[in-house]
Amino acid sequence: MSQAQEIAEEMARRSVRTRWWLSAPALAVVFLFAIAPLAVIVLYSFMAKGDYGDVKYWQFSLDGWFSVFFERGLFDDSIGIAQAHVSILWRSVKLALITTVVTLLIGFPTAYFIAIRPPSQRDFWLFLITIPFWTNLLIRTFAIQEVFRNEGVLNTVLMWSGLIREPLKIMFTDLGIFLGMAYVYLPLMVLPIYASLEKFDFRFAEAASDLYANNRNVLWRIIIPMTRPAIIAGCILVFIPALGAYVTPRLLGGGKNLMLGNLIELQFGQGRNWPLGAALSLTLTGVVMLALLVYVRAASKEGRSHG
Amino acid sequence: MRLPILAPTLSGLAILAGSSAFAAGELNIFNWGEYTSPELIKKFEETYDVKVTITDFDSNDTALAKARQGGNNFDIVVPSSTFVPVWIAEGLLLESRPDQMENFKNMDPRWVDVSFDPGRHYTVPWQWGTTGVIVDTDLYKGDPNTSTIFLDPPPELAGKVNVVPEMGDVMALAIRAEGGQDCTADMEVLKRVHEKLVAAKPKWVAMDYASIEKYTGGDYAAGLSWSGAAMRVRLEAPRFVYGYPKEGYPIWMDNVAILKSAPNVENAKLFQNFIMDPENAAMISAYARYANGIKGSEQFMPEDMRNAPEINIPPEFVDKGEFSPACPPEVNDLYTRIWTDVLK
Repeated sequence: MSQAQEIAEEMARRSVRTRWWLSAPALAVVFLFAIAPLAVIVLYSFMAKGDYGDVKYWQFSLDGWFSVFFERGLFDDSIGIAQAHVSILWRSVKLALITTVVTLLIGFPTAYFIAIRPPSQRDFWLFLITIPFWTNLLIRTFAIQEVFRNEGVLNTVLMWSGLIREPLKIMFTDLGIFLGMAYVYLPLMVLPIYASLEKFDFRFAEAASDLYANNRNVLWRIIIPMTRPAIIAGCILVFIPALGAYVTPRLLGGGKNLMLGNLIELQFGQGRNWPLGAALSLTLTGVVMLALLVYVRAASKEGRSHG
Repeated sequence: MRLPILAPTLSGLAILAGSSAFAAGELNIFNWGEYTSPELIKKFEETYDVKVTITDFDSNDTALAKARQGGNNFDIVVPSSTFVPVWIAEGLLLESRPDQMENFKNMDPRWVDVSFDPGRHYTVPWQWGTTGVIVDTDLYKGDPNTSTIFLDPPPELAGKVNVVPEMGDVMALAIRAEGGQDCTADMEVLKRVHEKLVAAKPKWVAMDYASIEKYTGGDYAAGLSWSGAAMRVRLEAPRFVYGYPKEGYPIWMDNVAILKSAPNVENAKLFQNFIMDPENAAMISAYARYANGIKGSEQFMPEDMRNAPEINIPPEFVDKGEFSPACPPEVNDLYTRIWTDVLK
């Protein structure tokens, strides 16, 4: 082996080592605050449940996972799919999907509107979008409650103006949940799409128009395909937290129907079944991973079509 | 040669002793949020020259989980009657013998031989109340003292009923309405309970720890409610009354106990004795708005509480109330599944 090669290898080894050292703090944070808690949840989901909450340490049991998906009949001995859990999971997924669609329908035009303002005004509009982030989610949700209530701001104004006679029923309905969720998650949709539209070269749109594309074609065949990664990113950013949404459906929907988040809380609280709670949390994590996988797939397809 | 070394060591010890004497003037209370009267604490601090620190919890389950994990310096904890046997069985509580304390004579004899702590060897009552129903008498003219208000709401209340999302309370009331016993595992009864709850749910508008304004503002016209919460609603809107379900209703009591791991046992005992004094017990009630279980405290209570029907159970309903125990794990599992199925 020549000396030059040896030196080169030694240098490479050293730089790898330096890189590990430099990333050690970040790795430690990831391990301590992401992997370790997750590992605890995984462990708990495989242990036997304690009599009054907690788990029986180091007693292996699959009961938690079993009851995520299956159940013994309540009033007979048959074993079947855990219907209640399936319908709660479906409700959460449905809510997250509808929230994503609604925020996209409102968020895209909003982002577009901001992006075509003169640069000096854009900051102002963005500022308006981010204002709600200054306030805690719980407080914002209570504030919307005050707007939606039968004797709330909205109904008072509408009845005073004579537009309606009876108060609109928004509070404690699905409509109320969707409106609240859309309000809460809208900025997460607007911001990535805006970031992409801001960099968008509108000369492409002009060129398309010059080539006799109508507005619809410009939107569907030029603007949307070119901002697609941002749209997908926005959808993911909304879908994931919406899936675990907890406070908003509970306060605006009245809490009569459990969401996945409420179901998990029940197991760690009054249900006193921590392994089931842990297994349900991991199921939720699994659904989120699935959504991310879809994103990665879609994004890589994007890369290929451009390459 | 040793002396110069010894001297600073001794003075060091003196400082240590001094600081531990200082530490003796502390008391750490682990209680439900918004539940501890600041005036009571101030009076206790001034009387005994003790510095009190309060930490909040929001449910019996969290309190138990936290205490079990250890690593805390809590002296006093305030578990509900349902959970006291669990705390005792797990060896978390100190047998502080409140029954031998000076102020024990003030305790209402009714609360001495309670099922969760017979003879009061561990705990002292903090606040107690009942779980019943609340109803707007402008809308509903019938008898309010029945759990059909929420289990089978009459047409005028349908769609306006709020039910507190507490599995234990809802199950207890529904089981008693179906003629069962607390914590029953009788599947026949539970089947009827399940059917009843499934049929009732569409007539509920929400399951919410209701704020007063939701009732006074007309969002809710009736509901399953705790006595103290119902009283606050009535004080704002006198058209509401609190009903004691004649089918049977649960009584709950939160109790002051001392942890085995308490660093300041003597102060904690002083506190247990302190709150059995009628004047001090009345301070707790004036703040938390529930009854306290100490005889003679009525005269120190605020005017609006002295004769409140939510706090003084009318004689004809006294024997319908019972302490609910914490149900055994397998029964609780069963109830959780029924509950999940109703709310799915």
